[in-house]
Order: sequence, then C-alpha cells, then structure tokens
Amino acid sequence: MSVLVYTEIAKGKIKKASLEAVNYGSRIAAQMNTTVTAVIIGDADLTDLGKAGAKKVLKLKNDKLSDLNGQYLTAAIEQAASAENASVIIFSSDFTGKEIAPRLAAKLKAGIVAGAVGDPVISGDSFTVKKNVFSGKATAMYSIHSAKKIISLLPNSFPVTLGEGTAEVSDFAVNLDSINSPVKVKEVKKVTSELNLPDAELVVSAGRGMKGPENWAMVEELAKELGAATACSRPVADMHWRPHHEHVGQTGVAIRPNLYIAIGISGAIQHLAGVNGSKTIVVINSDKEAPFFKSADYGIVGDAFEIVPKLVEAVKNFKANHN
Amino acid sequence: MKILVCISNVPDTTTKISFSSDNSAFNAAGVQFVINPYDEWYALVRALELKETLGGNVTIVHVGGPESEATIRKGLAIGADDAVRIDAEPNDAFAVAEQISAYVKDKGFDLILAGKETINYNGSMVGAMLAELLNMPFISMATKLDISGTTATIEHDIDGGTEVVECSLPLVLSANKGMAEARIPNMRGIMAARTKPLTVVPAVAADKLTSISSYELAKGRTECKFIDAAHPEQLIDLLHNEAKAI
Repeated sequence: MSVLVYTEIAKGKIKKASLEAVNYGSRIAAQMNTTVTAVIIGDADLTDLGKAGAKKVLKLKNDKLSDLNGQYLTAAIEQAASAENASVIIFSSDFTGKEIAPRLAAKLKAGIVAGAVGDPVISGDSFTVKKNVFSGKATAMYSIHSAKKIISLLPNSFPVTLGEGTAEVSDFAVNLDSINSPVKVKEVKKVTSELNLPDAELVVSAGRGMKGPENWAMVEELAKELGAATACSRPVADMHWRPHHEHVGQTGVAIRPNLYIAIGISGAIQHLAGVNGSKTIVVINSDKEAPFFKSADYGIVGDAFEIVPKLVEAVKNFKANHN
Repeated sequence: MKILVCISNVPDTTTKISFSSDNSAFNAAGVQFVINPYDEWYALVRALELKETLGGNVTIVHVGGPESEATIRKGLAIGADDAVRIDAEPNDAFAVAEQISAYVKDKGFDLILAGKETINYNGSMVGAMLAELLNMPFISMATKLDISGTTATIEHDIDGGTEVVECSLPLVLSANKGMAEARIPNMRGIMAARTKPLTVVPAVAADKLTSISSYELAKGRTECKFIDAAHPEQLIDLLHNEAKAI
C-alpha cells in the first residue's frame, strides 16, 4: 500500500502546487503507516520532492506523454498506481488535475473529492475531507466510501514545508500501445507574464473604477513593487481593457492568494466567488457603500488615483526599511 | 450532428445559502433554481449555434427528480430540441456520470458538452468521468469550439496558458467562459418549450462513491478596518505587522 502523488514541472522547477500535494500525501501516509511515491514527467532538479516527503519518485517514460494528453496521462498514472499498490492518489486541482483526476477516478472506481481544503479525517477505511461548495459560500465534509481514494487539492490552500528527506528516483516505463488518442495539439500559447495568477501569493486587482485602460500603469506599478500578479474584474475584461486571463471571479479564474488588493471594484457576488478564499482582502473604493467593504479586512474610502501612487511610495519605503 | 448537453439544476448565484438545523442538508426552501450558468451560457448556447450553422439536433440530459423540470423547460425554451431527465438523485459525481453514460452509450452522439463545473458543488468532474466511461477523449475548460466535417477545433485553458487542439468526433468537452454569449429565451421559445419532448428515463444501478456528511457556512470576515485615505502608508504597516501578508 502507498500514497501516490501526481507532480509537475513548470519553468524548470517543481510546481509549488505539487509540493503542497506531496506534503499533503505524506501527512496521509504517516497516518496510514506507509510512504509517498511521486510521479512526474520531464526533467528538473527533483530534490524538493524528497524534501517535501516523497520516498520514491517515478519518472513516467513514454513518448506519448509529451502533450499531457488526458487519455495517455490517465493510463500512465493508473499503471504507476498499480505498480505501487497505491490506495490513495493526490493531485493538485489545477487545470491538469481537473482533467485527469476525475477521469482516473472513473477508471479506478475511486471516490474523489475535488478541491479539498483540509486534511482527511481518517477513520478505518473511510476518509472525510473538507471542500468548498457554493462557490466559497460554504464548506462540506465529503466522505469517501470506496477502497481507492482520490483527492485533489485547491491550490494555495496548504503550506509547503521542506524537510531533510531524500527520494529514490527511478524511471517508470509506461505502456500506451493500446491507446491512440484522436486529440492533436496544434498550438500552445503560454501566458507571458512572469507570475501565474492562480499561483500568486499577492494579487493587485482593479476594476471599472480605473475609468480606462490607459490608467493601469499605477496598478501595474503597485503590483511590481509588491511582487504581485495583476488581475481584474469581469467588466474590465469584457471591455478589453485587460486580457481575459486576468479576469478573476465566478466565470474567470478563482484565486486564493495571501493578499488580494481590489481597486475600484464594487464587489459583486460573482466577483467575490472567485476571491473570497484570499487570506487578507484590501478594498480601495471611492464609494463607501461598495458591497466589497463587507468582505474586506482593510478598506480605504477615497480616490484611487490619489491613493494608489501613495501606496506605491509607501511600499518602496517599506522595502527600503526592511532589506 | 447530434449534440448532447448535460445540465445541472443549481441555486441562482445570488442565493443566500442555508442548511438544515443539523447542517446535514442544503435548505432548498424558497430558493430560485436555474440551469447551471456554465452549462447554459456556454455549453448549451454554443451547441445551438453549431446546430444553426451545421444542422442537427440538440438534446439536453439532466440527472434529477421532477423538481428539475422547470429548469429543463428553460433549456428547451432557449432552443434545445428535446430533453431527457434521468430519474436519479444527483448526489455523487461518479453515480451521475454512470447514469448519463448508461443512457448515452448507444445513442450515437457526435458531441457531448457540459459546463466546466456546477456553481453549487464546484466539482468539475462529471465531464471527465463520462468521457472515461464512454472511452472518448475529453477536452476540459474549452473557450472556443468549431466543427468542420467530423473534426473539432478547440481552444482551451491549460495551466499557464491556452492550447489549441484538433480532435475527431465523438468527444466530450467542458465549456468555460468565452464559448458563446448568453441567450435569453423569447416568448416563442417559451411557448414552444411546453410541447417539446421531455422524456423521463428510469435510473440504472450506479455506484455512489462519496457522500456529504455535513455543511458549514463560510466564516464571514471580522469587521473591515478602515484606513484614512490621506495616510495609505498605514495600510502597509498593518499588512506587515498585523495581517503578516507582506
């Protein structure tokens, strides 16, 4: 028996979400008196997987795995899970996780909790796992009844702890001869911004209160000084003031950063659904009745065009005093 | 072109959520239910657009009890040709996928669409499970879908960007924002929906692999602390010393 964790490499490093998943898997493994095996595709420095708690790393090997095709990847993870006799499989609930984890669950008849925000409560063979429901307005405790269990983790919901452990790394040849997926990748467009919004710890977001795309320089400058990613509200993306990948909210990206600063965003319920998992929320709005203040930890009522440049200066001073 | 659109019946986005006194069940009393927005605005409307240009038929499938029929009729009013309600309680993603797959497997659909997730349980699971049970490819989080002959060209969100793929039909796809613009049913559609076929199919035996034991409302934030607009630098101090956010 073991706990298998699907991990990924991005920009030459193990993804933070993957380390969250390995940590999570190792906490489960400790309770089950077993160990974590991480599976990964590609090459990078893998020492952090051992530090995060993996005892073994299997590098999945097959030429068909180059595109993260769901049918191939599901079969590959199934083969690794079978070889490792895994009863619990952990994913991050990012885009790949949302495509693969439920597919694998159906293949294995494994009960799945997608988007977990807490460690499982383990009682005998039953796991009970907390997840957000109603777009963050509530949580629910899901019990998994099947022998095999899959949990995918809401990104940025768990801390990453690196210890002293090391993992034994080996290649794992996957046999995909019997599958021929009709999906052909024609083009991949990577977002060019340095910070991937769903992974960002700090996010500066702005809305219609900025009055036009030409006024975004101060938002970008504040984000840059803080080392934050930039985001926007839906109307701003719909009016093409900002690119769609920056749109956070119910129909856009859901994020859970440590700090979310919302400038000139009124706080419609659909917007809140995408950001209410943020640990600290700051709202800057000229309208003191803006509903967003009810969901904020800190608020400033006033003109963004005066406040944001002052904040930029304040952050610069802060950095000068804390280096 | 035979297109199937999977729809869920969900509380309207603005619903104030509450639970039974022992927190074991969602309190549906007085709640306005709608078609899950991702199923409606993106999956169903794009299916209708494809039908309008390529010809064919759009069928709605829903797993749920008779209380869902008003929601299903709304899908017919927007323009679906017919609807199927599988008479089972939709309380586990895998069981729902099994119900739909049992109905779909010999119907010869070219395209099966679902929304990227429901806004009540936010699982994002049924589409992928259905694809596995039907042994079909699954493209998640699609923002564009075009069909030429028997080939679909799909743009979809992936981690860190977007990807364009080509895939021969049949396939299962989950729809994200961008696939289509919302449509509002007109009076003619609403009238026509009353007489369109809505078939009730009995449930098959399915495996319920998970269940919800309890709910809890999200904790509200403590009072918002206001900072004088003339001294926004105080915010930075609070974020560092109090919130430990920077």
